[in-house]
Amino acid sequence: MSPVVIQSAYLVAAILFILGLRNLSSAKTAVTGNRQAAVGMLVAIVATLVDASVLSYGVILAGIVVGALAGSVLALRIEMTAMPQMVALLNGFGGAASALVASAEIFGAGHTGATLEGVVPFAIVISVLIGSITLTGSLVAFAKLQELIGGAAIKYSGQQFVNGILGLGMLSLAALVLMNTGNVNAFYGLVAISLVLGVALVIPIGGADMPVVISLLNSFSGIAACATGFVLDNSTLVVSGSLVGASGLILTQIMCVAMNRSIGNVIFGAFGAAVQTGAASGEVQDQGNVISYTAEDAAVIFSNAQSVIVVPGYGMAVAQAQHAVRDLTDTLTEQGIDVKFAIHPVAGRMPGHMNVLLAEADVPYDKLIEMDEINPLFPETDVALVLGANDVVNPSARDDKGSPIYGMPILNVDSAKHVFVIKRSMNPGFAGIQNPLFFKDNTMMIFGDAKKVVMSLAEAVRKY
Amino acid sequence: MLEAPAIAALTILVLALFVGVEIITKVPPLLHTPLMSGSNAISGITIVGAILAAGSEHGTMSTVLGFIAIVMATVNVVGGFLVTNRMLSMFKKKPSKS
Repeated sequence: MSPVVIQSAYLVAAILFILGLRNLSSAKTAVTGNRQAAVGMLVAIVATLVDASVLSYGVILAGIVVGALAGSVLALRIEMTAMPQMVALLNGFGGAASALVASAEIFGAGHTGATLEGVVPFAIVISVLIGSITLTGSLVAFAKLQELIGGAAIKYSGQQFVNGILGLGMLSLAALVLMNTGNVNAFYGLVAISLVLGVALVIPIGGADMPVVISLLNSFSGIAACATGFVLDNSTLVVSGSLVGASGLILTQIMCVAMNRSIGNVIFGAFGAAVQTGAASGEVQDQGNVISYTAEDAAVIFSNAQSVIVVPGYGMAVAQAQHAVRDLTDTLTEQGIDVKFAIHPVAGRMPGHMNVLLAEADVPYDKLIEMDEINPLFPETDVALVLGANDVVNPSARDDKGSPIYGMPILNVDSAKHVFVIKRSMNPGFAGIQNPLFFKDNTMMIFGDAKKVVMSLAEAVRKY
Repeated sequence: MLEAPAIAALTILVLALFVGVEIITKVPPLLHTPLMSGSNAISGITIVGAILAAGSEHGTMSTVLGFIAIVMATVNVVGGFLVTNRMLSMFKKKPSKS
C-alpha cells in the first residue's frame, strides 16, 4: 500500500479520535463517541498492517489475539466498584507498550546498523523513562486499590533523599544513552532505575490521593505514546498521545483543586507530617457526644422529610452498597420525598467513580449534582445522608485553620436540618483526621455495614 | 539538532494539545471515569509502533519486544474501549422517571 494511503488513513484515525472525545462531553452522545474512537483505532491498525515495512505477520497476529482475549475478559468481568484498579492497570500497560516500542527501536537499529539521529534518541529516552515509571507506578496503584498491599502511605526516613538520588541516577543514565544509543548497559540501567522510581514515587501516596495519581499516570501513558510518535515520526501517535496527555493533566488539575493541594504536595506528600499533629484530633474527641441511632429510629425522620441529599463516598464502593442505595432512593421517591445525590469531585478513588457506581445501579444521572450546585441546597434540606464519605464532609476543612485538610472545598452537609452518617465505627478516616461533623447536635450516627444499614433503612421506611 | 520532520511533529503536538484542552474541559465530571478509560484506550495507539517493531524483522530483540508491546497495547485498546462502552451504556438509560 502506498505511504500516501497509509498516512491518509492515520489522518482519518486522528479525526475520529478527536470527534470521539468531543462526543464524550454529553451522556447522550458518549456511546457514539467511544465507538468513533474505536473505529479510528481499527483504521490505524489496519493501515499499519498493510505498511510495506511489515514483513511477517505470525508474531503480530499472535500478539493481537492474546491481547484481545485478555482485554475482553478483563473488560467484561470487572466489577464497576473495581474500575479504579482496572484503569490503573490499563494505564500501566499503555505506558509499558510505548516504552517497549521505543526500546525495540534501539535494538532494531543495533541490528540493522542504522543510526538514530536528530530528535529520535531524545524521544526514545523520554518514552522509555516515562513509560517505565507509568508501568510500575500503575502496578503499585493497582496493588493498593486491589488491597494486595496496604492502601496507606508507605513512608520511611530519608525517602525524599533516596528518591532524589534515584532521579539523579536516572538523568545521568539518560545522558549516557543520549551520548551513545549503542551503550546497552546504560540503557538497561535507565530502564531499571525508571522502573524502581515508578514504585518509589507511588508507595508514599495514600489511598485517598489515588484520584490524583491515576489521573497523572493516565496523562503519562499519553505522553509516552506521544514521545514514541517522535521516535517513529508517526503523526497519529503524536496527536493521540497529546490528546490523552492533555486529558490526564486536566483531570489531575481538577482533582488537585478539589483537594486544595498542589500536585507537588500530593506526590511529595505533606500528609505524613500532617497526621503527626494528631494531638489535635485527640482534643476533637471531647467536642461533644456522639448520638447513635438505629436504622428504625432514623426511618421516622426520613419518612417525615421532604428532601434528602445522599452523599456517597468510597465506603459505598467498598460495601457494594450502590444497589441498596438505589432501592432506598426508590422507596423515598415513592413517598413523595425528593432525593438528590451530592458528588464531591474526589469522592471515591478516581475521577467520576461515584457517578459510575450510581449509574450502574440505575440512579438517573440528572439526580447526581456537583458540589458547587448542591452546596446552596443543604440549608433547605431536611436530611443529609452521608454514606461512606468522610474527609469530603469534614467541617474542619472549612473552619479549622490548624487542620491538615484546611482549605479543601467540602460538601456543607452540616447545614442540613438532620445529618445521618453511616459508618462502621468511630475510627477516623483514611487521612487519620477526626471529623467534628460526627459530634454535632444535628448529626446522628448509624453504625454498621453501609449496605446492611441502607437495606434496613429502606425496609423501615416502607413499614413506617 | 531539530530537523524538518521533528518540527512538523512538534507543530502537530502543540496543535493537538490545544484541541485536547478545548474538548476535554467540556467533559462533565459525570463522565470523568469513562473519559479516563476511553482516552486510555486511545493511548493504546502505540500498538501501531508495536506492529512495526514486531513485523519488520529487525532482529530477535526487536521482534520479542514488539510482541510484548502488541499484547499490552491490545489489552489496553480492547479492554479500554469495551469497558468504556459498558460504563457508558449505563448512563444512556432513561435520564429520569419523574
